[in-house]
Amino acid sequence: MTKYILKRIGMALLTLLIITFLLFLLVRIMPGNPFPSERMSADQIANKRAEMGLDDPIHIQFFRYLGGVLQGDFGKGTSLYNGAPIKTVLSTAISNSFRIGGMAILLGTFVGLVLGITAALHKGKFLDGFCTVFSILGVCVPSYVFLIFLQYTFSFRIPFFPYFFDPTRFAFSAVIPSVSLSLFTMSTIARFTRNEMVEVFDSDYVRLAEAKGMYGRELVTKHVLRNALIPIVTVLAPLVVDLLTGALVVEKIYGINGIGKLMVDAIAGEGIDYNYVLALGILYSALYIGIMLVVDLLYGVLDPRIRVTAKVREA
Amino acid sequence: MAKEKLQPQAAAAAAYVPVPGDFELLDRQDLRIDTNFASQSYWKGVFTHFFKNRRAVIGLVIISVIILLAAFGPVMNSFGYRDIVQYRNEKNKRVVAKGIPPQVPALHRLLTGQELEGNFSDYTFLFGTDDLGRDLWTRTWYGARVSLLIAFVTIIIDMIIGMSYGLISGYFGGRVDNIMQRFVEIANSVPRLVIVSVLAIFMPKGMGLVIVALLLTEWIGMSKIARAEMLKIKEQEYVLASRTLGAQNIHIIFREILPNTIGPIITQVMFSIPTAIFTEAFLSFVGVGIVLPQCSVGTLIEDGFNNITTLPYQILPPILVLALLMLGFNFIGDGLREALAPKLEDM
Repeated sequence: MTKYILKRIGMALLTLLIITFLLFLLVRIMPGNPFPSERMSADQIANKRAEMGLDDPIHIQFFRYLGGVLQGDFGKGTSLYNGAPIKTVLSTAISNSFRIGGMAILLGTFVGLVLGITAALHKGKFLDGFCTVFSILGVCVPSYVFLIFLQYTFSFRIPFFPYFFDPTRFAFSAVIPSVSLSLFTMSTIARFTRNEMVEVFDSDYVRLAEAKGMYGRELVTKHVLRNALIPIVTVLAPLVVDLLTGALVVEKIYGINGIGKLMVDAIAGEGIDYNYVLALGILYSALYIGIMLVVDLLYGVLDPRIRVTAKVREA
Repeated sequence: MAKEKLQPQAAAAAAYVPVPGDFELLDRQDLRIDTNFASQSYWKGVFTHFFKNRRAVIGLVIISVIILLAAFGPVMNSFGYRDIVQYRNEKNKRVVAKGIPPQVPALHRLLTGQELEGNFSDYTFLFGTDDLGRDLWTRTWYGARVSLLIAFVTIIIDMIIGMSYGLISGYFGGRVDNIMQRFVEIANSVPRLVIVSVLAIFMPKGMGLVIVALLLTEWIGMSKIARAEMLKIKEQEYVLASRTLGAQNIHIIFREILPNTIGPIITQVMFSIPTAIFTEAFLSFVGVGIVLPQCSVGTLIEDGFNNITTLPYQILPPILVLALLMLGFNFIGDGLREALAPKLEDM
């Protein structure tokens, strides 16, 4: 098992390294001059290039950049925030995004589980139908549409919540974005939980447990839920990733200074900020690969059958 | 050798004398056919299952209606998708139909018995007009057309790429498969967002960017499914038979195996199309997708969002179209999946 885990971590790190290198390469081979040539003489430009190490071979530049990244130093932006160090801008952005995203995940998972379990326990009745309709709605409508709707209703028509994000009143103004972000997670988890539970209810081992005289809460928590919840971990990974994408527009609309808004500003603004694209690209890739890795390992820990196959594959 | 073996049987048949009470073969044609299953071909069975599924049929109806409206909606009235509805009044001043809520004069007359008021009282605007005075009915269906076209074109190209990749990787196996799968693993580890942002550096914003972004990401899912199907099928006897008859690898992959993997791949296509529409809407909303004066579902939602405080009705049609497209394709996908691999209890 340890060997398997180490192998998976090694693979993930290698993949991340390759992606970082490719991103670096792509951003560096961009046509264009980093210095406005009208104001500087050729000598000055040459000096500046040498000073910034732009004349070194690309792999040396890459390792220098990588060394900086490992210490949290992403260089400076070219056009965003007047060239402030990316590190400081990014740290506030990450904290904002992660808090709102985390709230959305928690809310979505919790309510989704409750809805899914309720639907499964009342299979074929009104509550089941209600949960189905709800989950279909959540999957078909993008999170930013929910945000627009909530913002229009509860900030504009009934001015209760702030119309834009206000960092001084974090908890209060995070309600609308987290709720709208959580709806997709919520509906997917609700639908998945319901289907898994219905399947487990039909299984032989639950029938056996019932035959032995188990019923009610004990049966549901000890036998049904435990087995139904394992596959749900697998959907959580793509959900978290979708949340990252959804957060892009949500942050843009609601004016949250998060990584999503930073990304939009970097690619869709007047000039494209290459250094931000590079830094955010690495950050997003790392997040994505990290989540995939954690879920993979977690799945192995939760489900003994997978551990066995992993062992067999090792041997 | 063979003749000798047959002889005792023939002798036994000749020696048999019928007795009363024997079972007799009825010569009725209809009894020979197993009407439950055997009479249906595979695809006929799939169609029967599909059309028995209420949701799948609803999905199919929704998608058909939207495709029809996207094709013919924009020509159902006289306004163009970028035309500003306006006329010159007696004083030769321009009157523009800015921000008119949905109105149907005939219906209004019928319901209230009064004429509509305003400068455009005899115009029919089913979805109203936007802040510049463009008819939203035309724009909505024109946008739906653009979104659907992008989705269909990219997903079909993705299907061809992904299918070939997965089939080849699965068929040859061994080292080829190993190398090809490592590449897929790396390609799959790059978030779509990062691909889009890097593309935004290289390419001008617009439809091309959306299409390339979708081309680069959506083939991976298809290739995985095609590979899994290939691994299931390639050990079957008919493949061996084809190889024994001297068929080339290319022939075996694309003429023998491909037709048998097409079901799951079509299902995947049905799930990929809404993803493509979603991505297009998302990119256009962010501002790297479709550019003016073109419009798509994404840009229409963005326009609606920008005017939401003054013209709140403007955002509803594109959102409804988007949601219905997602719903319809998901229903069709679910229905196809169930029809292709029916569980025993559904039979």
